[in-house]
Amino acid sequence: MNTAISETKTDKMIKTFIYIFLSLALIGVLYPVIYIISASISNPADVNSGKMWLFPKGITLEGYKIIFENSDIWRGYLNTIFYTVLGTSINLAVTIPAAYALSRKDLVGRNLLMGIFVLTMFFSGGLIPTYLVVKSLGMIDTIWALVLPNAAAVWNIVIARVFFQSSVPVELEESAKIDGASNFKIFFKIILPLSAPIIAVMALFYGVGHWNEYFNALIYLSDKAKFPLQLVLREILVLQEMTTENTQISGSMAEAMHSKQQLAAIIKYGVMIVSTLPIIVAYPFLQRHFVQGVMIGSLKG
Amino acid sequence: MSSSTATALSNEEEKMDSANMNPIPKNKKPKRNRKILQNWQLYIFILPAFLYFFIFHYIPMYGVQIAFKDFIPSKGIWGSEWVGLEHFKRFFDSYYFWDLIKNTLGISVYELVVGFPLPIILALAINEAKDGLYKKTVQTVTYAPHFISVVVMAGMIIAFLSPATGIINHGLGLLGIDPIPFMSDPKWFKTVYVFSGVWQSTGWGTIIYLAALSGVDPQHHEAAIVDGATRLQRIWYINIPALVPTMVILLIMNVGNIMALGFEKILLLQNPLNMESSNVIATFVYQAGLLDAQYSFAAAVGLFNSVINAILLITVNQIAKKTSETSLW
Repeated sequence: MNTAISETKTDKMIKTFIYIFLSLALIGVLYPVIYIISASISNPADVNSGKMWLFPKGITLEGYKIIFENSDIWRGYLNTIFYTVLGTSINLAVTIPAAYALSRKDLVGRNLLMGIFVLTMFFSGGLIPTYLVVKSLGMIDTIWALVLPNAAAVWNIVIARVFFQSSVPVELEESAKIDGASNFKIFFKIILPLSAPIIAVMALFYGVGHWNEYFNALIYLSDKAKFPLQLVLREILVLQEMTTENTQISGSMAEAMHSKQQLAAIIKYGVMIVSTLPIIVAYPFLQRHFVQGVMIGSLKG
Repeated sequence: MSSSTATALSNEEEKMDSANMNPIPKNKKPKRNRKILQNWQLYIFILPAFLYFFIFHYIPMYGVQIAFKDFIPSKGIWGSEWVGLEHFKRFFDSYYFWDLIKNTLGISVYELVVGFPLPIILALAINEAKDGLYKKTVQTVTYAPHFISVVVMAGMIIAFLSPATGIINHGLGLLGIDPIPFMSDPKWFKTVYVFSGVWQSTGWGTIIYLAALSGVDPQHHEAAIVDGATRLQRIWYINIPALVPTMVILLIMNVGNIMALGFEKILLLQNPLNMESSNVIATFVYQAGLLDAQYSFAAAVGLFNSVINAILLITVNQIAKKTSETSLW
């Protein structure tokens, strides 16, 4: 009897410890996010001096006003939306049919083809040879350099293939074939209507990838008008350049310079929010799908 | 995520092996040809993916030969002259060679040692929490940073760690610690890189472990409770062993990637003051190849990196095969 009671005691302690640990993880992840949100609407002087550390102080929307008046950010935003939509459409058009075909057991050579695809996960030509291919195709400084060199990801093809293998009943295909339906017809009339979940997962994985992509744009684009949002952000956040085209410099130059410097800080926090907003807004609704995608992948294991 | 790739792969290879071992009997050949013809439309489905991998992955593999040539764009890959191992020699003899190796390995190993166990611990803890709003909140919140772009991440790091205006140094000031120039002092670079990565990816990393934990038969736990096992004992003797195969696979994948670290973030955090500890092989390839246009030399350095990676991957996989039942192939 005694041991049972003492065991529940240690169990309780462990349980408390686990909940403390989880709370620390929760706070640790949340704090920077809350800080950024607060900083973006606080009085710049309070942010820079450290007086604002959790809740906004001296609320001002000056930072956001400048952000919304900045044409580079707007252009970057529109470019990114365009690249994301186009890129994701290409990704889906390449991934879904290929994954379906590779899931069919009656496809001769499917293991060979899959092997050819999977090998690229472990061996690659590397940065320079890939760059030279893109260059020789004349894609430098065009949209195509952003959407074609990553037109598919092996890992996503693997996930989609597992989905088709495990959730499309073979009998359905067979009865359609007996009825004389072609593979095109089977795919478009039977398979696609059943694949909404996997199309959603794939669109999310690829879409977030395009939204956050900066490196390909950095190496392939030189025309500023084509810059995606992430490259514009890089200039503001990392290279610390903010074009002042819209900040009115009034009064004495020194005062203007000082307030500009102060403002630059909260602008930075503001652009972090603005650029991540679509993902933040969509995330709680889509989280399930993302996790599902990872789970489908691990189903094979 | 990657562990399952691994298992998917090993399944794939098993199948390929068995296919090789049982050659198709001759009388079945016409049937196979008929099957190919019957399913020609399926090959059309695969064609775009095939073309993509051929153009953007296999042609670059062919292009790797410029590492052994003196590539001149106007002459093309084939027309440029062979120079043997000249570029490799130049790299090995350069004064920065050991610095690059030291930084690349240093950051990777640091990241592995800190970053590998944390998702496991967090997953075990989440798994112990009662199902409900709190558990869901912890999961939703800790997964979220995974979706923050690397540029925003770098911006956050730079802003938070600023010696004059950053919140971290303000916090340290309250404790009586002088501002630390995190971004310009080389000795802080690796820590900044590793711990910002912990913030961003620990939560997401738990998903795969939680999936493995959900596969644990509840009967094991019930039986253990009847036998008087404490919660800690149950975690230690039931849950952790259930995670071992996943851990082994992820460990192999991580070690196999040790030379290919998150160089997009390093590139963004790099500045002339911290170069001493932030210059890694991947950023060097970018610098030498794309900014200085030394294509052949940079391709050679990149190839050296991939070869080391491949050797590490094969070695670790071999060790895993010998010591446990789990391996990539």
